[in-house]
Amino acid sequence: MIRLEGVRKTFTAGDTQIHALDGVSLEIERGEFVAIMGQSGSGKSTMMNIIGLLDRPDDGAYLLSGQDVAGLSEHARARLRGTAFGFVFQSYSLLPRMSALEQVELPLIYQGVRDRRRRAAEALVRVGLADRIGHRPTQLSGGEQQRVAIARSLVVDPLVVLADEPTGALDTATGHEVMTLLSDLVDQHGMTIILVTHEPEVAAFAQRTVRMRDGKIVEDTGHQPTANEANAGSSP
Amino acid sequence: MSVFDSLRIAVRAIVANRLRSLLTLLGLVIGVSSVIALIAVGQGTQKGVSDQIRGLGTDLIFIEPSAAATTQQGAGALTTTTLTQADALAIAANGNPAIQAVSAHITGETQAIAGANNVGAESVFTSSNYAEVRDLEIALGSFIAPSHDDAGSLVAVLGSRVAETLYPGIDPIGQEIRLSFLAGRVVFAFTVIGVVREVGGAADANDQVFVPITGLANRFRFLYTPTGDLRVTQIDVQTTPGADTEEVKQQVSDLLLFRHNRSDPDFTIESQDDLLDAASEVANTLSILLGVIGGISLLVGGIGVMNIMLVSVTERTREIGIRRAVGATAGDIVNQFVTEALALSVLGGIIGIVIGVVASLLVDGQTVGDQEMTTVIQAWSIAAAFGVSAGVGLISGIYPAWRATVVDPIAALRNE
Repeated sequence: MIRLEGVRKTFTAGDTQIHALDGVSLEIERGEFVAIMGQSGSGKSTMMNIIGLLDRPDDGAYLLSGQDVAGLSEHARARLRGTAFGFVFQSYSLLPRMSALEQVELPLIYQGVRDRRRRAAEALVRVGLADRIGHRPTQLSGGEQQRVAIARSLVVDPLVVLADEPTGALDTATGHEVMTLLSDLVDQHGMTIILVTHEPEVAAFAQRTVRMRDGKIVEDTGHQPTANEANAGSSP
Repeated sequence: MSVFDSLRIAVRAIVANRLRSLLTLLGLVIGVSSVIALIAVGQGTQKGVSDQIRGLGTDLIFIEPSAAATTQQGAGALTTTTLTQADALAIAANGNPAIQAVSAHITGETQAIAGANNVGAESVFTSSNYAEVRDLEIALGSFIAPSHDDAGSLVAVLGSRVAETLYPGIDPIGQEIRLSFLAGRVVFAFTVIGVVREVGGAADANDQVFVPITGLANRFRFLYTPTGDLRVTQIDVQTTPGADTEEVKQQVSDLLLFRHNRSDPDFTIESQDDLLDAASEVANTLSILLGVIGGISLLVGGIGVMNIMLVSVTERTREIGIRRAVGATAGDIVNQFVTEALALSVLGGIIGIVIGVVASLLVDGQTVGDQEMTTVIQAWSIAAAFGVSAGVGLISGIYPAWRATVVDPIAALRNE
């Protein structure tokens, strides 16, 4: 479903050029739960930004469901980003002064979806926040805020949920709960999740681990063609 | 994304930053309301001056001694004026169908005294047809009659304020009034025969006393020229309605030049329209000046909106990043900030209109110093102020909105 071929991305900082991605090729199928691991500066976040259409590759091909998306206009990328991807960030990235329900409605507003309220409420129920619908970020715990962010990523029925260090700001127990929630989404709903982390315990929830260093993939525990097969044999 | 959705987002952002929004609104409200109120004052002044000129009567032509003769005041002016009552009679006797009535008079500052009360009043020495020419209505008694003209009677008709001041709560008809002339050197007693109905606007008639010119001329010989004509300081010619005023002016002017045996006029002749034109020109300049002052404050208010929107974009970089991540296009972001600026300025415009109109209505009729303020609210000034406010809001929103779209969503999301 996602196919990167020889993707390069170079940043210029002063006189030095940083090869954030140095010819990366990667294929991810529907229903996979992939952890991308690496030190900071290894290029894992850059790769996630490119996959999530937040950034463009300098070189190489990016095919999403067989369609080349590298050459799309900014407007088309924004529209596709809203429908194909759900983002979960380390710092929750919720808007202040908005209730959980409104946070989750937000992506639907930009898609011009009717019936937003019901769909947003359903997404919140799915992440176990049925009783927190009217709460604002300041009235929610870190774990609850991250669940709101997960509900917001799910509400558009995305092809892929992209989670960038989703447990980075949470304590171990809460982080474990959030990861269990993400695992359940893959196991029970066939969701595709790409997880960026540097913590092995978090990466352990995924079925497949891609390890990066200096803009290159140095290890890939395997490409499982179907989610259910992968699910059966890869849990450590 | 529907208009309703963007409006909702805008209102949320405005409400979320209550104090900031309020201060921004204040700039616009002051701008819009001052445009409306200042233009209303300007237009009111114009109306006040026009009313005052129209209050002198209708279809009038005024003839006065030329500047050389009027540089002297009081009795001195009288000895240099070349206008005479004979001129007035000649104009009337000319048989011009465009002329309805002619009245000549002398005005002079006098002190009016009745019992223990006294008031400074302008005395108008004139004849029985003055009331008709100047459209004066009688509230009590009667105006000067032709028989008074002929007999040279010492009778007086009072302006409404003079009557109120001198005879509070008393019927003034039949009472004695004394008028002192030439700084109190000469005092004559007159019998009050009438009171003129109060004249609206800032007309002078309320503060005047009208007496027959013949009664006075019999006592002041210097009012006569060596050839025995009675000198006057003004002749009023009333034209018949619909007459060509310019033509009448020319005819009267020719007649006077002939009578005075001169080639260049020793008098000035002006129609009411001439006075109105001159007055409106002054008042229009005032209106424009006031409007420009209001416009500047509106501009300052608009710059305030731009400033606030720019601050808002910088402050909300993270919010913009989040919205981009969940699928907002650059257009959606522009839309959001422009809508917000527009909502602020439209709201400011509406509040400004209300305050501007209310302020204009409150000021109307109030006396500032010794000047009664008149305001006339102009529909076009409301439309213009609102239009400019909304336009300024739109323009003020566009640049910050563009700034918002160039925010890199990745950097914005890191900006926690």
